[in-house]
Amino acid sequence: MSDDLNQTCVIIGASHAGVNAAFALRKEGWSGPIVLIDGDSNLPYHRPPLSKAYLTSDDDISSHLLKPAVSYQQHNIELKLGVVVERLDATTKQLSLSGGEQLGYDKLILATGARAFVPPISGLNSAKHVFTLRNAEDVNRIRDAYNQLAAQNRCRVAVIGGGYIGLETAASLRKMAADVTVIERESRILARVTTAQMSEFFTELHQQHGVNIATDKQVEAIQPGPHGDIVRCSDRSEIAADLIIIGVGVRVNTVLAEQAGIQLNNGIEVNQYGQTSNPEIYAIGDCSYHHNPHYDRKIRLESVQNAVDQAKVAAAHLCGKAKVYDAIPWFWSDQYDVKLQMVGLSDDHDEAIKRQEPEPNKFSVWYFKQDQLVAVDAVNHAKAYVLGTKLIKTQQALNKANIVDASVELNLANLTS
Amino acid sequence: MAKITFITPDNESVTLEAEQGSVMELAVSNNIAGIDGDCGGVCSCATCHVHVAPEDVAKVGAASEIEQDMLELDDNANEYSRLCCQIEISEQLDGVTLTVAG
Repeated sequence: MSDDLNQTCVIIGASHAGVNAAFALRKEGWSGPIVLIDGDSNLPYHRPPLSKAYLTSDDDISSHLLKPAVSYQQHNIELKLGVVVERLDATTKQLSLSGGEQLGYDKLILATGARAFVPPISGLNSAKHVFTLRNAEDVNRIRDAYNQLAAQNRCRVAVIGGGYIGLETAASLRKMAADVTVIERESRILARVTTAQMSEFFTELHQQHGVNIATDKQVEAIQPGPHGDIVRCSDRSEIAADLIIIGVGVRVNTVLAEQAGIQLNNGIEVNQYGQTSNPEIYAIGDCSYHHNPHYDRKIRLESVQNAVDQAKVAAAHLCGKAKVYDAIPWFWSDQYDVKLQMVGLSDDHDEAIKRQEPEPNKFSVWYFKQDQLVAVDAVNHAKAYVLGTKLIKTQQALNKANIVDASVELNLANLTS
Repeated sequence: MAKITFITPDNESVTLEAEQGSVMELAVSNNIAGIDGDCGGVCSCATCHVHVAPEDVAKVGAASEIEQDMLELDDNANEYSRLCCQIEISEQLDGVTLTVAG
């Protein structure tokens, strides 16, 4: 075992998953070289603020670092930033890096994440101000373009895609005084990720803040207009925009995994330790397709929680410890003055119970499957989120009447009586 | 300028100086063990839990409602608990001692 801990571990991808894996390896006793590689040349940074606080500020991304530069030195973690891994040869365990360097590994962690999907829309490539939002550079470009356009009173923004990224971006741009339209293909925003009642709440929230929510609209083409661009939809409607943001989901980065010949399935398939079909290679974070024991099904998650928890599990396993991935997923989204906190997976629920508190914009939705609590969505209601987290874990029978009745205090005793 | 002392899970005492930002940012940027700040400081993850020294409670102030609720995720929470991403650094904090709860 001590020999193994002296080996070289290379981690590809230095965002939440990769960085946490590097530090967790040191914590678990890995003594050999750790090399952390990313094509992004910035020191690794927090991603969630990109569509929120970072977009609305003029901060440098260095004010959102995951760890200070000195931490990598202190833990003897070698950073190769602005370096792309061009080829992975799993037989010889060699990586070909941009710039020509060859780098050997004993163990490899793929934390390659996902990239923004750009749908095939006619005229997209010739449109002037079209952006995706995935990394700091994307947001720097959006901020620069928006500020230039706004200086000419050209503040019309079309956000294509009403998912969390699209809506957070819409809220941020609204705060920056943009005139925002969210264009959604489905009949409701957030259709892929949450329930109809949550979609309804967020639709109204955005409308109250002056955002135009346009659903059932498939974008067909982008054409140059007299001022800015015209987004043409399949229902023949047209939306004029000075700046266009595309937020229609991601594609998993699997090129290296394919080169290694490891098993793919909605991402990179891994076992309960984060190990791929090649035992020397692990995959963690957004790119991993894994089994969740609590829900007993395989899932792929795009979240900080999953990135951090899988990083710790993979690092422990690499150091010979039998820690398994057994997390209840959790997420959050901040839009305007609304904090949405979600715990669990609601997508196969058979009953949803809403509890509305007396205060406006403060409620929770409790999702059950066969009377078992599977998820809670809490809006401005951290207590409901925390209780949900505990009760999903313990799987206790719940008093549904006390959940609905906002005059009954929300606490463990009342929910389980 | 405020001097803030952290007591780590290994019982190490570390005193840091800062002028602004949150206490969580100060702790993370100085590698204080047990302060992760996974959510980046938006009171969403409860991985920056500290116990304020009883004599410093007045200086540091009380937790907000959302913070108090989030603290309940941790069995280790007590009346001295704070999530330090929610503590803004100012001169008022000079001399306080925070014990990492994680």
